[in-house]
Amino acid sequence: MAIDASEIQKVAHLARLSIDDNQVDATASTINNILELVDQMQSINTDNVEPMAHPLDAVQRLREDKVTEENNREQLQSCAPAVEDGLFLVPKVIE
Amino acid sequence: MMWETVIGLEIHVQLATKTKIFSGASTAFGAEPNTQACAVDLGLPGVLPVVNEEAINMAIRFGLGIDAEINKVNVFDRKNYFYPDLPKGYQTTQLDKPIVGAGHVDITLANGSTKSVRIHHAHLEEDAGKSLHEDYHGMTGIDLNRAGTPLIEIVTEPDLSSSEEAVAFAKKLHSIVTTLGICDGEMSQGSMRFDVNISVRPKGQEDLGTRTETKNLNSFKFMEAAIHKEVARQIDVLEDGGRIVQETRLYNGDTGEARSMRSKEEANDYRYFPCPDLLPVVIEESRLEKLRANLPEMPDAKKIRFISDYSLSDIDADILSGNQATAAFFETAAKLSGNAKLTSNWVLGEVTRSLNANDTTIANSPVTAEMLASLIARIKDNTISGNIAKKVFEAMWNGEGKDADEVIEKKGLKQVTDTGAIETMIDDVLAANAQQVENYRAAPPEKRGKMIGFFVGQAMKASKGKANPGMVNQILKKKLDD
Repeated sequence: MAIDASEIQKVAHLARLSIDDNQVDATASTINNILELVDQMQSINTDNVEPMAHPLDAVQRLREDKVTEENNREQLQSCAPAVEDGLFLVPKVIE
Repeated sequence: MMWETVIGLEIHVQLATKTKIFSGASTAFGAEPNTQACAVDLGLPGVLPVVNEEAINMAIRFGLGIDAEINKVNVFDRKNYFYPDLPKGYQTTQLDKPIVGAGHVDITLANGSTKSVRIHHAHLEEDAGKSLHEDYHGMTGIDLNRAGTPLIEIVTEPDLSSSEEAVAFAKKLHSIVTTLGICDGEMSQGSMRFDVNISVRPKGQEDLGTRTETKNLNSFKFMEAAIHKEVARQIDVLEDGGRIVQETRLYNGDTGEARSMRSKEEANDYRYFPCPDLLPVVIEESRLEKLRANLPEMPDAKKIRFISDYSLSDIDADILSGNQATAAFFETAAKLSGNAKLTSNWVLGEVTRSLNANDTTIANSPVTAEMLASLIARIKDNTISGNIAKKVFEAMWNGEGKDADEVIEKKGLKQVTDTGAIETMIDDVLAANAQQVENYRAAPPEKRGKMIGFFVGQAMKASKGKANPGMVNQILKKKLDD
């Protein structure tokens, strides 16, 4: 499968990436190279192969339900551009 | 044309864990903004999630509680979208390997029949933060305390066909999750939130109509009203020759207004993929066995037991077993008082009325199960009549005594059962109402039954309600008829 310029713009928008108009074609061709590789892999027969969710053959360790984090608001908000009344401020969101 | 409504629900249930699903930050409700949002919840670079064991256990308990299959290998996926209250840019959720598979929840309909509602699946995920749209100099405030709170999202099949059924289902689910102790059930705090998928179709048509989704209803009342409104809207549109647009709608419970939400751009393109930060969570048989062995009695089983152990009616047993706290209150009082029927009447009557009137819950009732039992014991042994008992109940509710005996003693409400005293009182009543006595004696026997009520009323009034009504009746009859 190959993707075109409009697809690139759509995916860039979804990922909130800014791609200059003059870079779109180059980006499309780079991504199409990757997709060609994916196509090659798709041709491999995987009939009896269980899809894996993670490259490591290990299982998730679980954590005890105990509060370990303390209030660290001041430090965590020190890198935020705008804060008020303990809230992070962001450009207005209207639904 | 006759229309048929088809409803399916998606329910977000906040799990009652102490900490977040992927971090050790507290989930306690009502904290100062962002004081319970740690680096993991904020999605800062370099952090890694670690799964909370209790969230896994609670999700499994839900599955076991509704007879569902539990998925042994659990994978978490990323659902990608941008919104300021989702700092990571994705929600960690489960796409095609949900922890809870197909199950069912049975509801009792108004006509007494039972309907089995199929659960498609339930998956684990994390909650988002909260956006505060009050004006902060033209900006939006973000509180991330809720971000990362564990949720199970329960998805039903479209098996419900009216708002009444949907509400009955919602209440049953509330009863199940609170009985299991996996959710505090505080709807006003957002602990259970309902998304309602609604479509209508001409009666008899096989294919489903186009559906809309009304999101985030957090009370049974709002849910009922929102469904009524949306069903009426869809029928109006269709009968006017229009068509239904698949969309997400918002219902405002305060104004009763519903509106279309700006349809999310590229709504369905969430670009899910397995979360590389989390390994599969494997659930061993030993864990399932342990959790299964510790399941509490579920509402359906409790109802059946209440009917057989306490000879309650189906409807009374249904209500009493529907709420964990009410059921425990009833059982304690019934055992102590030794009269289940009377206890059931009181819990469903005065107790419920007083709780509603004071907008409180049974857990906070000033009259405890022990106090109610003391009251019922005194009705049973004829110390007080049912009417006086209401006064004693009210006094206990207002904190005027630690049990019924204390109130009865303090207020002198003990029932008069002394035959001599009642006879004297009745003689006075009869003497004061000579004309009515004459009328009574002149009346044919079939009319007397009604007429005697007057004298009973007078006698009870004379005794300030304290005379034993049965004895008053008996003595009056004897004196009037002889």
